[in-house]
Amino acid sequence: MVNQARWQRVGWGVAAWLVALLMFFPIYWMIMTSFKTEAAAVSTPPSIVPMEPTLQNYETVFEQSDYFRFAWNSVVISLGSTMLGLLVAVPAAWAMAFIPSKRTKPTLLWMLSTKMLPPVGVLVPIYLLFRDWGLLDTLFGLTVVLMLMNLPIIVWMLYTYFREIPKDILESARMEGAGLWQEVVYILLPISLGGIASTVLLNVILAWNESFWSLNLTSSDAAPLTAFIASYTSPEGLFWAKLSAASTLAIAPILILGWFSQKQLVRGMTFGAVK
Amino acid sequence: MSYGKRLAGVAALALGLGVGATAQAVEITIATVNNADMIRMKNLSDQFEKKYADIELDWVVLNENTLRQRVTQDIATGGGQFDVMMIGTYEVPIWAEKGWLNELDFSDSYDVGDLLDPIRKGLSYEGDMYAAPFYGESTMTMYRQDLFDEAGLSMPANPTWGDIYERAQQLHKPDDDQFGVCLRGKPGWGQNAALVSTMVNSFGGRWFDMDWQPQLDTAAWHHAVSFYVDLLGNYGPPGASSNGFNENLSLFSGGKCAMWVDATVAAGMVTDPESSQVADEVAFAQAPHAVTEKGSKWLWSWALGIPSSTQKPEAAQKFVAWATSKEYTRLVAQKEGWRNAPPGTRKSLYQNPKYQKAAPFADKVLDAIQAARPQDSTLKESPYVGVQFVGISEFQGIGTSVGQQLAAALSGSKSVEQVLKSAQRSTKRTMKRSGYYDN
Repeated sequence: MVNQARWQRVGWGVAAWLVALLMFFPIYWMIMTSFKTEAAAVSTPPSIVPMEPTLQNYETVFEQSDYFRFAWNSVVISLGSTMLGLLVAVPAAWAMAFIPSKRTKPTLLWMLSTKMLPPVGVLVPIYLLFRDWGLLDTLFGLTVVLMLMNLPIIVWMLYTYFREIPKDILESARMEGAGLWQEVVYILLPISLGGIASTVLLNVILAWNESFWSLNLTSSDAAPLTAFIASYTSPEGLFWAKLSAASTLAIAPILILGWFSQKQLVRGMTFGAVK
Repeated sequence: MSYGKRLAGVAALALGLGVGATAQAVEITIATVNNADMIRMKNLSDQFEKKYADIELDWVVLNENTLRQRVTQDIATGGGQFDVMMIGTYEVPIWAEKGWLNELDFSDSYDVGDLLDPIRKGLSYEGDMYAAPFYGESTMTMYRQDLFDEAGLSMPANPTWGDIYERAQQLHKPDDDQFGVCLRGKPGWGQNAALVSTMVNSFGGRWFDMDWQPQLDTAAWHHAVSFYVDLLGNYGPPGASSNGFNENLSLFSGGKCAMWVDATVAAGMVTDPESSQVADEVAFAQAPHAVTEKGSKWLWSWALGIPSSTQKPEAAQKFVAWATSKEYTRLVAQKEGWRNAPPGTRKSLYQNPKYQKAAPFADKVLDAIQAARPQDSTLKESPYVGVQFVGISEFQGIGTSVGQQLAAALSGSKSVEQVLKSAQRSTKRTMKRSGYYDN
């Protein structure tokens, strides 16, 4: 019986490792390709590790593009859209969780349904508005758009966390004379800090990886790392190794952030999933 | 006045002058695709900024499809985000007709007469130039001389598709990872549809008759597409329906293809020892033909155009003139060797003995470009301009849809008969919706 349980555990462990390796393999392959020459990158059979590793691709990428400008734009846009999103979403989620009305659920579903619309459907109107308001290729413009795009997810996540908080705690605070501001700042936010942290992380990752709006609404000044990667694809010519180097540089910051915060991220995403 | 105050005054004056100087500099934004020639231009552009100290360049490098979509969107809505843009032979006449591009006006020293005629005409609308060619290309046959020698074969200078078929049969050795021929199979108007268009032309077919009725269910299309599917399906690499220019380039450069018919711009890449394992073994011939040579070689040029929405037309014109000038060609040669000079645009380059020596494929490229006739590319009369495309705005959609059908035939999921019937129907529907006819 004990043996069977142990074997089962080992089996699950092996399966988990296999799935993890499968998911990590493309990233591994990209990183390895970034250290190959262009000829080695396309040679068949391909080599799992570079036979003659080179930093040439990274040198070229740094020479040809201002990586740090793109990276800075990504940081500003992802953090900015997340913070702006929280400012709107915390009060919205608070209202929906603690003083729900009969329209709360339809409103939540409607908010989520906006994510089902293909973004290209609203590209032209948004482009025209941006043109008229002088927001094309500005960090502010892209930050606002990404905030709006991710707002339904932020509201939903926060709503789920807030609903888990017993109303009695907030009521006690109110009975002790706490105002709305104090109730939110001193009671609600500290209790749901874990949930807010994972919401922030997820939103930063989504904003960091977003490419549709970044490519369409920016050209040079506000272009983030997704535009930086796009500039290394080529219609005529082999740029796999350089493209891999650019992609590695683009995902490195968010990969490291995800690595260090994976506990919070997993906890936050599974919060409330099991009761 | 105290020393401190005087110093502050001088600093303020200097700052004011600095601000004044910055305010005078005009910044132009250039949108371009990413390939070796364009990257070279970007790297050498500091020479332009030295020459024109009052102009600063800002670059936006995008992939081809995104660039096309961004630029179209920007011009159509008057966004004015770009001052110079890299566009192709397909877009120029269509956009010029819509008034989206500024007409170009060059000084005598630019020497418009030195531009290759087919390229210049391809970038003109009603006789006026609306884009300046940065590089030009046609199609050619690249083949492995060593494999031909081993098999005791030779390649005619001007082969037919039959010649290619016979040689592909003999050189196809999949067990040794060697495939008879590599051709574009990836769906797309600029991918498989481009190559098949040239094949259809040379098999005597055309996309439309003089009444704009699609001709995809005619015998010429059947012969051409059946031949293409048979040749590439039986003697090409596995998964050929996913291979575009870059995939075939890596296959050929890695020594997997005995022959490759594609853009002449590939010649410089497959003979570059830094990226090709077969650099010393490659030989060249003209692109194959069938019943006619008409339309068997395509014509394409990546060119610099100025959108009518630009606020800085003078600075943009100066940059376009510089980047497509003889002076720029000499600059590339001086910095990176004659072999890397942008090909396919100027007669003087092909007359230059240094270039001829550095690029042994030069005469074949010139012959192919000179032979291309976008205004007369089909055996039977047709109402459109273009060899591997039809110069109407509907063609992007039509070409891509037909390209998807061709890929289905190549992968074996549909018969040639089925795909051509379906392509005929969908093309007719598109043309009808666009108002070319009522029934």
